[in-house]
Amino acid sequence: MKLRAITVDDEDLARQILREYLEKTGDVEIVAECANGFEAVKAVGEHRPDLLFLDIQMPKLDGFEVLELIDPPVAVIFVTAYDQYALKAFDAAAVDYLLKPFSSERLGKAVERARALLSEPHPRALQAAELAAAARPPGQALERVVVKDGTKVHIIPIAKLDYVEAQDDYIALHSEKKSYLKQQTISSVEEQLDPSRFARVHRSYIVNLERIARIEPYTKDSRVAVLQDGTQLAVSRSGYARLKELLGDNV
Amino acid sequence: MHPIFRNTSSMTAYLALWIVLAGMLAALIRVPSDLGWSQALSVSVPMCLFYAFVCLTPWYLCRAFPLGSPRVARLLINQLGAAILACALWIGLARLLAFAMDLGPGLNPAVPQLIVVGFLFYLMSVALHYALLAVEASREAALQTRDAELRALKSQINPHFLFNCLNSISALTSTDPVRARDMCVRLSDFLRNTLGLGERESIPWREELDLARTYLEVEQIRFGSRLNVEMQMDEACSECQVPPLVLQPLIENAIKHGIATMVEGGTVRLQGHVENGNLAIRVENSFDPEAPSPRRHGLGLRNVRNRLATRFGDAARLNLAAADNRYSAEMIFPCHRANPPVTK
Repeated sequence: MKLRAITVDDEDLARQILREYLEKTGDVEIVAECANGFEAVKAVGEHRPDLLFLDIQMPKLDGFEVLELIDPPVAVIFVTAYDQYALKAFDAAAVDYLLKPFSSERLGKAVERARALLSEPHPRALQAAELAAAARPPGQALERVVVKDGTKVHIIPIAKLDYVEAQDDYIALHSEKKSYLKQQTISSVEEQLDPSRFARVHRSYIVNLERIARIEPYTKDSRVAVLQDGTQLAVSRSGYARLKELLGDNV
Repeated sequence: MHPIFRNTSSMTAYLALWIVLAGMLAALIRVPSDLGWSQALSVSVPMCLFYAFVCLTPWYLCRAFPLGSPRVARLLINQLGAAILACALWIGLARLLAFAMDLGPGLNPAVPQLIVVGFLFYLMSVALHYALLAVEASREAALQTRDAELRALKSQINPHFLFNCLNSISALTSTDPVRARDMCVRLSDFLRNTLGLGERESIPWREELDLARTYLEVEQIRFGSRLNVEMQMDEACSECQVPPLVLQPLIENAIKHGIATMVEGGTVRLQGHVENGNLAIRVENSFDPEAPSPRRHGLGLRNVRNRLATRFGDAARLNLAAADNRYSAEMIFPCHRANPPVTK
């Protein structure tokens, strides 16, 4: 069976060599070629490919952000020039990675690995968002969050993110009076956010510290955080301790 | 920590010097007084050993009041005050020793000389400390310059650029061998020039510009129609002497954080002219204001800023501005022209 693949790279020549190699192997069909992250997200939604060749540095959305926005399962092969941090994470999380420039033999191996993985009865469900979180260079907090709403992609700069709310397997990102659902766990988004600007105040809430207007007592043991727009969020005991540490005793 | 204490040999030499001075001081004491050698030495040796430590203290005062600072009066008052205090301690010790050794009034005739010597010793130590600080400062500056240059050398060949180029060449070999070869040649030119330039102290602007041009040509093969280059360069700039690779980081930033962030690509505009003896170079590029600001952005710019500062001091400026999807970096620094080569 022919594998269906999408190639994503902003450089024309980089897509060209992938096309040339893949045509030669004959068992992979390219269903779409994309020059940026937006196109990639759209194309993956439309074509549901088996295989995604993904560059990291691209305009609009980078490779990691694309991963966050597509639905599994798809076997991802990173194609990148040089990314010393990411390489380690690829080892653990992606099907394979190709370092530019690469040979057609090396590409063949990557395709084989993907094929083997996809033919497993229960393909190691490639949770794209979690993969992206693992692949991000450590110690680098997110500057923006990307989220898909139908076919539209929203980019939320961190400064405009008010709070994050856990909803079963999803998180709701609240920004400028709107909320966006995204399939990700609250713990993994907590890890990505800058701990000096965001605090997990409750099992279900992460809040932007700049939005907090005041903290009020609620019951004997618990409190609520009142945001500038009046929203009230439950604050657990450990959450309150964390807030005190971050904001000082005047909370 | 005082530099004298940094190694034992300098400390030994310093103390030995004071022992010699103690001998001379004893001789001086004997001139107006009728003390014997052993009596004079038993006064002068402890005094000089004590003063050896007192004369290290200007290190702190000299650092607190560097020469050339605008507060001259405060500097003088503090140093003189310290000198008087040191001298008072010195005479106090002399008196104490004379009393302890039961010399009676025997030392008294030498006191005026002792005052003068104590005062002079201290002031000499102040002067020496200022000299020492100047030497340290210049050594530090030389180190910083070397450091900046080294970092420049390290950052100049961007691995991303290199591997992406090789990938483009790899792609072109089957479809367009002529362009593949062309790119090989240009990339080699760029690498060779970069490696060679780093060793030189300064280079004429035209060489720096050539390097940037080669780089942009290579990138144009990579980015195709996405990269558009415009150049407006005054002929007068050509012979200005500049630190090598001072333009390169700005051009690389324009590509990496500018053109590469745009789906449709954009224009890199390079302008230069000489005005009032200053070379003014401006690099302008389109960029996507929504792209996340990269962390490493600062490295190249800091490098340029450091190198301009070590070379030209306050006379150099680097102005950055972002407006309306256009980012611009402008550097202005004195245009020194090299002396015309001597014709034989």
